[in-house]
Parts: sequence; structure tokens; C-alpha cells
Amino acid sequence: MSLDSATVRRIASLARIRLEDDELSRMQAEINGILGWIEQLQAVDTEGVEPMAGGSPVGQVQARLRPDAVTDGDRAEQVLANAPDRMGAWFGVPKVVE
Amino acid sequence: MHPTDFTLAGALAALEEGAISSVELTQAHLDGIAKLNPRLNAYITVTAEKALAQAAESDARRKRGEARALEGIPLAIKDLFCTAGTETTAGSRILKGFVPPYESTVSQKLLDDGAVFLGKANLDEFAMGSSNTTSAAGPVENPWSRANDPDTRLVPGGSSGGSAAAVAARMALGATATDTGGSIRQPAAFCGIAGIKPTYGRCSRFGIVAFASSLDQAGPVARTVEDCALLLTSMAGFDPKDSTSADIAVPNFAAACRRGVKGLRIGVPKEYRLDGLAPEIGALWDQGLAWLREQGAETVEISLPHTKYALPTYYIVAPAEASSNLARYDGVRFGSRVTEPGSDLRDLYERTRAAGFGAEVKRRIMIGTYVLSAGYYDAYYLKAQKIRALIRRDFEEAFKQVDAIVTPATPSAAFGMDEKQDDPVTMYLNDVFTVTANLAGLPGLAVPAGLDGQGLPLGLQVIGKAFDEESVFAVGHAIERAANFTAAPGLRAGA
Repeated sequence: MSLDSATVRRIASLARIRLEDDELSRMQAEINGILGWIEQLQAVDTEGVEPMAGGSPVGQVQARLRPDAVTDGDRAEQVLANAPDRMGAWFGVPKVVE
Repeated sequence: MHPTDFTLAGALAALEEGAISSVELTQAHLDGIAKLNPRLNAYITVTAEKALAQAAESDARRKRGEARALEGIPLAIKDLFCTAGTETTAGSRILKGFVPPYESTVSQKLLDDGAVFLGKANLDEFAMGSSNTTSAAGPVENPWSRANDPDTRLVPGGSSGGSAAAVAARMALGATATDTGGSIRQPAAFCGIAGIKPTYGRCSRFGIVAFASSLDQAGPVARTVEDCALLLTSMAGFDPKDSTSADIAVPNFAAACRRGVKGLRIGVPKEYRLDGLAPEIGALWDQGLAWLREQGAETVEISLPHTKYALPTYYIVAPAEASSNLARYDGVRFGSRVTEPGSDLRDLYERTRAAGFGAEVKRRIMIGTYVLSAGYYDAYYLKAQKIRALIRRDFEEAFKQVDAIVTPATPSAAFGMDEKQDDPVTMYLNDVFTVTANLAGLPGLAVPAGLDGQGLPLGLQVIGKAFDEESVFAVGHAIERAANFTAAPGLRAGA
């Protein structure tokens, strides 16, 4: 299947990436090229196969539980140190609520 | 002998004997970087002052009899590992100026073992690429060139191209790297050095800029298999800060190198003998298997039937996870921000991400967003996870019969910086032999095994059982010994 330009625009919007008009057709062609190549997977019989979630090789590593306790904190200065628009103890953003 | 020509193990011995100091060793590498980096672009950031201070401290420590496992060894750190107080960009405009307040677990372990950091190595943006041409800091050049065409500049492979080029050109004794689909092994092969992606969970991912969390693993590149083993022994280990890191003891990998291969059964997957495989690659593969038989191993044909579906599966799973991981780059908390007068919050996000991400990263975020979107999740993402399970099962079946698997590392030698750039899928095919180990979570090592007709290095790959890097090192070391690979690139420090 092939994505039309409106769908490509919708994906860009979902991904919060501004797409200029002159970038649209190239992006559309490249994405369709990749999706066309991926299409071959539909031929694989996966009936009854459990999906593999996560990267751990089977049976070797158990997910761990840890105590639900605070282990870190009081680092406001470090957290804010890389903010592009720091306003005191806050991250600055354009006005959100009128 | 020039100090940059030491192997890592050789440098440790020379430091121990007092034949050289860490300051001298570090300065020799910094001199090499000053001379070669303007052309090769292997480092994004060079931390010369810090490195010399660390080296001086290291020399003092050794004098006091307190030397640690990697005391005084100068390394390059891929610019995907957060380094406290040193800019970490992931090769992206969107992280320009980002100075992490904390250290990644892997780089901290190396510091705790006495390593000296020369600087941050270049990479494909967010580790997405196979040629190291997508970095916002500019492309990296491979220090090797074709004998009959020395003016064509070649790629070092990617994404850990800066790490591999720096080590091959003697601008570091070793380097950290990461591998999501082949990003340690393919550049190692292209640059004529060794590199291992360990089992998923062997190294902590804490503090490594995330690309695809179920596939990403850290590992070392170095000029010998033993040097990789020394580095991995230091880098590996359980970390409570990464719930996917494995609480399994870290063996002495360097000792495993010397085990030999007598009695080992080596699998040869028939599906890897691709139609149109370059004859030189096929011949090198056969040669590698013959070397192993000469040393007492048995080679056995095996089948990994879902091999041909691995790359397309990867190009669903990896972009899906990337689109989620890269959602954090919003221009609010760190990194760059782009706005226009009157921009609202959404416009801020969209302009920041449009300006901050390069073309390949945007493509993958878009693919990932699409395959996870309502109505398409089952057809793409869930389907890919099921095929991933089949690929893992192929390996489980194979490893009932064999101790390790040997394949080519890459389908070609290093290519020109202007080649393969027009079509994303052509570029993706570079990882055809490496991506399966990421999907199955298994360790894979690239080892230099020979030169092609144009004098460029070619590598073989050893894939092992989960958490059996020891057998991988034993087989890799046996191939290395038989290959006796002594060729060096034309561009290198001390040459």
C-alpha cells in the first residue's frame, strides 16, 4: 500500500515535525519506498506466535522489582541547567492558557 | 615503536614496566588527533586538558602501586554516552550545547578502572546510519583508501564511525561504541579493527542516548580481540539504573580469548550465502572456516530460515521505538529551541524538531509514528514482533547443535562517501549480516580477517549464545591469530 500526501502530513503532525511543502513529496516517496520493502513481511506465517517484546534473550533474564522508594532528588539546578528558556525555577514555554 | 602503535594490552604492559607514562601515551594520541582529525573528523569534541590531567593523576596512582585494570589507557567515547560536564550531542543539532549533569554507567565504569578520555567520537545522528554521513558535525572519513583509487574518500561505516576511524588511525587505543543493528560490527569491519556487541543486558544502557531500547547495546571497538575483551570486562555488569541490565557475573573475557577452539562446533548458516554475495567475501568466509577446522573446530551447516525477514522486521521495530524515544526532544527541557514570533507551544515543538533533526532521523520517526498509529499497529508492529520471535527461535534451534556461528561481517568493503546515498533501503542492506543478532539479543563480534583486491579490510562475524561472549572471544581470537592481520591504514598517527 502507498501513503498519499494527506496521510504523510497527518503522520508529520502526529510526530510534531513541521514539514514544508517542498519536503513533502520527497518524504512521501522515501516512506513509500521503505513501506513497500517492508510489505514482504505479510507473507510470513505468524499464526500462534507469541510476539517478542523487549530485547532479552529468552529465559535468561527476569525483570526485577525494586522497592517503591525515592532514591534521588533535590537536583533542580542540574535539571534546569540545560533549559533553552529558563525562568527562575521553571521551564519557559509560550503561553498555553489564555 | 611509536606510542600510538601499542595495542591496549601492550600499552598496559609498557605502563606497568615503566617504559612509558600515561602522560606520554596520552600526549602522543592527542598529537595524532591534532594532525589527523581536521581531515578524518573522527572526534566531535577533544578534551585534551582533561585527558592530560587524568593521565597525570593516573601516573601518580601507578607510582603509589594503586593501578587499576585500565590505568592510564587513552580511549575515545562515542558521543552517544553522556559524560558529566562534557558536551554530548548524539551527532544531532537538537542536542547542540547539551552538557549532561551525570555520567553514563558504562563510561563511569571505565573511569573507575582508570581509563583516560581523549574526547567524544563522531557518529551518525542518534546512531541512525551505516556510513557516518548523517552527523550534524559532518561526515567521518575512513583512514583506509583503495590501492588503485587513493583519492576516493571512503566511509568508515556507521553508526560508530568516529569510534572505529579513531581506533584504526591510532587516535585512541580503544573506544566505546553502541550497536542497534550493526553499528559496532559494520564500522569495525570497514576500518579493519575488532568490535563486539555483547548480549542484550550485558552492559547498562543508563546514560546512553536511546535510539531503540530493545535493540541498543554498548560495546567496545579496539585493534585486537583481546583488547575488546579487556574493555568489555570493564564496561559490563548489572546496574540497578537499567532494569534490562542482567544480574549475571562478568567473566574475565581476556582469559577466554586463549581458550582455543578445539572441539567446538561452528555453525555456518546457509541463508547467509546470499545471491550475488561478493566472491571475495565468500572466499574469506570459507578461509575463516578452514582456519577454525585447522585449529580443531568442526564446521556444521545450519539453517536460520527467517534470515531474509530480519532487515524489514528491524525497520519496523527500530523506528517504532525511536519515534517514542525521540519524543523527548521538545525544545523545552534541554537542547535547542526554534520559534517564530507568535509561535504557540505546538508550533514550538514542530519548528524545533524540524530544524533540530536531520533527514534520516525524521524519516525514521515518521515510519515509527505510522507503524504505531491507530489501525496499523497490528499489521506492522505486532507482526514484526512475532517475526522477531521466529528469528530468535531460529537461533535457539541452531544453538542446540553448535557452540558459535561464523558469517561475513558485511556484504562489502567500505564504500565511497558519495555512494549508496540516494536510496535509504540500499543503505539499510549494509546490516544484513549483523541485524539478526540484535533482534535475537545475542552477542556478535567482528574480527578483521583479510584484505580485498583493492587493499581494503574485510571482517568476519562470530555470533554466540546469550551470555556466552567467552566462546565468541575464543573463536574470534582463533580467526585473528590465523589471519595474522597486520595491515594498517595509510592515514594513521605516527606514520
